[in-house]
Amino acid sequence: MSFVFWLVAALTVAGGLAAVLLKNLVHCALALTVAFAGLAMLFLQLDAQFAGFAQILVYIGAVAILVVFAILLTRSSETPKGAGIFSRTWGAGLVIAAAVFAVIGWAVLQSGAGLPHETGVPSVSVQQIGNALMGRYVLPLEIVALLLTAALIGAVIVAMHEKDGAK
Amino acid sequence: MTEKADQLFVLLKDWLVSFLPGNWQGVAGVILGVIGIAAIYPTLFALAVLMERKGLGRMQNRIGPNRVGPFGVLQPIADAIKSLTKEDVVPVNADKTVHFLAPVVLVVVAFMGFAVLPAGRNMVLVDMDASLLFYFAMGASTEVSIFMAGWSSRNKYSLLGAMRAVAQMISYEVPLLLSSVVIVMMTGSLSLVKIVEVQHHYTWGFPHWYILTPWGLAAFVMYAIAATAETNRSPFDLPEGESELVAGYFTEYSGFKFALFFLGEYLGMLSISGLGTTLFLGGWSAPFSFLEWVPSWIWFFSKVMLSITVLIWVRGTLPRLRQDQLMNFAWKFVLPMTLLNLGVAALWRFMGEGWLRWIVCSAILIVVYVVAGRTEMRRKHFGPRSYRYAE
Amino acid sequence: MTTPLVGYLLVAALLFAVGLAGALTRRNAILVLIGIELMLNAANLNLIAFWRYGPHPEALTGMMFAIFSIAVAAAEAAVGLGLVIQIHRHAQTTDLDQMNRMKG
Repeated sequence: MSFVFWLVAALTVAGGLAAVLLKNLVHCALALTVAFAGLAMLFLQLDAQFAGFAQILVYIGAVAILVVFAILLTRSSETPKGAGIFSRTWGAGLVIAAAVFAVIGWAVLQSGAGLPHETGVPSVSVQQIGNALMGRYVLPLEIVALLLTAALIGAVIVAMHEKDGAK
Repeated sequence: MTEKADQLFVLLKDWLVSFLPGNWQGVAGVILGVIGIAAIYPTLFALAVLMERKGLGRMQNRIGPNRVGPFGVLQPIADAIKSLTKEDVVPVNADKTVHFLAPVVLVVVAFMGFAVLPAGRNMVLVDMDASLLFYFAMGASTEVSIFMAGWSSRNKYSLLGAMRAVAQMISYEVPLLLSSVVIVMMTGSLSLVKIVEVQHHYTWGFPHWYILTPWGLAAFVMYAIAATAETNRSPFDLPEGESELVAGYFTEYSGFKFALFFLGEYLGMLSISGLGTTLFLGGWSAPFSFLEWVPSWIWFFSKVMLSITVLIWVRGTLPRLRQDQLMNFAWKFVLPMTLLNLGVAALWRFMGEGWLRWIVCSAILIVVYVVAGRTEMRRKHFGPRSYRYAE
Repeated sequence: MTTPLVGYLLVAALLFAVGLAGALTRRNAILVLIGIELMLNAANLNLIAFWRYGPHPEALTGMMFAIFSIAVAAAEAAVGLGLVIQIHRHAQTTDLDQMNRMKG
């Protein structure tokens, strides 16, 4: 396995771990941004350039900023309540996550010989993606457009300040 | 001879690379390109800073700096020495790692945008299929660094400035992207090299630049507005407004880190001007076919410096917009106009060649602009000012 | 490209487990959403890896699926965070352990 892959994979997993383990929420959000960047680099290694750049544009440019805004808008007092950052049932959560990883890892390693081998580099041009989006995948495209409009309106309505005296 | 001058940098790179064995030539070529970018654009940054200070000074009826060198032309060197030798003050409560990394992230991401701009014929560092998408991805990443800068200073004013800046940049990201999508639609490719090549044709001496079409002009105006807002320049510079928020999100930075922020901001301006010239002004192609003998990279950099001049001019002329005014403007006016522009460009394509499509498309754009502008303005009750004098 | 598919799948599985652990063990509602984003990203990595190493990469199925997944994840993050903000306005806290009643 190539050195670049190990480096980027280590960066991504470290970012993910930091995102769920750190105490300061903004540090968590920034570690999440690092994880997104690492994932974008993994996509680029897999010759999925469009998906990699879309990942940077959407996740780092929008979702990470959104998470940061939400953290800043929901800040209580800075001092911790003394109850710690992990919930009461953290043991069960950890066990479940470890079990899920064990099952998936076992499935992946078990089917080592049955996995497809590497083919040549696919020449994916953006024009092919455009044709696919407008041809074969036009129905998912329109549904995603509808979904995004609904999500936009819904997010605005959910997070809007209620009018005074409307209760 | 003009062919050689045009390809001067390419030939220079080939000659330098030919000293190395075959395996290393690709990597060495890329490294030389990176060195070229790292040398040219900071020089243009110094020139832009000088132009700004002298130009703004003249517009404000004063002489700019004139002590260092003849007419003050060596001022950027003095600025650089000052920034490098100033003490680096970090607030005690500041988040040290994030405070340190914010300017680094900004400069790295700003430099990455230059990799896909074609500075001349055959002079692009990376020729990707989706290079415009890469450019916008890098542009979106600058918001993260601005937030990091504002938050890590533990200063309410910095945080406020950072939030305003990020909100403004996100709002104007959408018109920026949509006005570039029109160009992508008419070219049929996301590759910047192809976009310039399509604009490199001439009819009756006039070039096929996209700015010379009705939808292209409208898209260019909206791109210019969105670009001014993206780089936090006046009249959209409330986040870093010197009279409101001290210096906004980089209040707590001094010395070299402030110089990096300054560099990052001006590199952002240069890079978005570069993209604007590539998309709308024809990149490295000459304005008229009889001017083709001038090397292509001279045209590119002249157009970029012209755009910088216009940005500085606008800064010196227009008053600052309030935050809610600029957000209103983005979401309620510029965004619908960009969507309409997409429709008009599609109509242009389907109407076929001829003079009719010019008239129809221009008419649609002008009528909607006037009607929408009047509707927006009617609620503001503009009228002649009335004065009240003390009795 | 000498990295076998197993490498990418294991990284995706690890990231998924980390995201799941974060979503299940942290107290703050926003961190649950961060965990969900990590899980969606891990699934995207799986999709792209299988697309690349699969028999027909020119059919673009994997990449399309991943792109739609990115779009849907962004929409879901927006609505989820809007909900968290509104809950904070109502209950003045984002602590999930304290939100254990349906009564408002």
